[in-house]
Amino acid sequence: MENLERIIAEHPFFEGLDSEFTKLMVSCASNVRFKAGTYILKEGDPANTFYLIREGKVAVEVFAPQRQPIIVATLSVGELLGWSWLLPPFQWRFHARAIDSVRAIALDGKCLRTKCEENHDLGYAVLKRFAQIMEHRLEATRLQLLDVYSVSR
Amino acid sequence: MTVTPQIEVDPMLMHPYVVREVAKETPDTFTLTIEPGNGEGSSSFVPGQFSMLWVFGVGELPISISGDPAKHNRLVYTVRSVGQATHALVSQPVGNSVGVRGPLGTGWPAKAARGKDVIIVAGGIGLAPLRPLVYHVLANRKEYGRLVILYGARSPRELLYRKELASWARNRETQLLVTVDYGGLAWRGHVGVVTTLFKYARLQPAHSVAMVCGPEIMMRFVTRELEMHGLRRDDIYLSMERNMKCAVGVCGHCQYGPYFICKDGPVFRYEQIRPLLEKYEL
Repeated sequence: MENLERIIAEHPFFEGLDSEFTKLMVSCASNVRFKAGTYILKEGDPANTFYLIREGKVAVEVFAPQRQPIIVATLSVGELLGWSWLLPPFQWRFHARAIDSVRAIALDGKCLRTKCEENHDLGYAVLKRFAQIMEHRLEATRLQLLDVYSVSR
Repeated sequence: MTVTPQIEVDPMLMHPYVVREVAKETPDTFTLTIEPGNGEGSSSFVPGQFSMLWVFGVGELPISISGDPAKHNRLVYTVRSVGQATHALVSQPVGNSVGVRGPLGTGWPAKAARGKDVIIVAGGIGLAPLRPLVYHVLANRKEYGRLVILYGARSPRELLYRKELASWARNRETQLLVTVDYGGLAWRGHVGVVTTLFKYARLQPAHSVAMVCGPEIMMRFVTRELEMHGLRRDDIYLSMERNMKCAVGVCGHCQYGPYFICKDGPVFRYEQIRPLLEKYEL
């Protein structure tokens, strides 16, 4: 637990978080590993966890009928995977697959949701951090949609 | 520091060159190697400069030099075949003649970057005018700090110089990060726009010079990211592109606010052109 606490406290996502809140996070956290090629989460499944990637690379994929999955983004060391646990209907919207061997810290979203409901200061601190990630990824997606390298631009 | 024009040759004088090789890089992009038709050495150039290439009977095109500045017996260009003239250029058989004016315009501030880390950010074919700078830094490794290359392309099959990318990544004190906007299942690298690579880059902003080339909209986002990471505007350089005709600042085709890209650019200090980057339809 002590090790997890240190890792969580030092992670950029939790930078500046009150130490009491960090302890609450630790009580919802565990170390996990995924072999290359395995699915960490699948679209439509209940979303009750999120991950802090410590090693390896994860592909965020969209399922497309009659064709191969489309990788829309990759996430790597230091990044956070999964926010569908935070908002209803608490279901994953994408697949996430380990491209290579992945080591991560899994945080129990269901447990954290309850704690956030009980303690709105914690809820605000968590939501603010997730909103920042969402903003960065939305901007990157917008730029991706512009297809800036295409000839017809 | 202002980027100064590097013109040493008569910019209106066309020299005959002979096509030695046309190599396919991607489905629509080719690298053309030409040698002086008179058997003498080619004009020396500064990384970032361009030439006007004349395809006889078709027209003249401004193309950035993408070869090694230390190799004086040839000129190398990477060309995307998107129109009649570029198609004609990359379809030239080996042994055919093309006309060359230049090298022209300003280059990357290789001298000013000595002693500092060099950050290269390229998008799509924007890597072509930056490749001579990579060659230069790698050939003069002790004169520079770390070399960080961030390169984004549309898809894996549209990545330029794939073999060289792999060899650059193996160099001492070099960090190469490559991403594509759309990756297939076989692609094991990053997927996402080039700006998403910054979080993996090991930067020392106070001791770095950044040189950026790619679509203008990409460069706008990249400059913002560089500033957010602490780079000073004076340490950021961009290569601009407009339709050039005369290449000597007379015809006005490439006018960009108070500048002519052909004469005052294509490489500009970011601070110099920042207000223009924010103007619509310029």
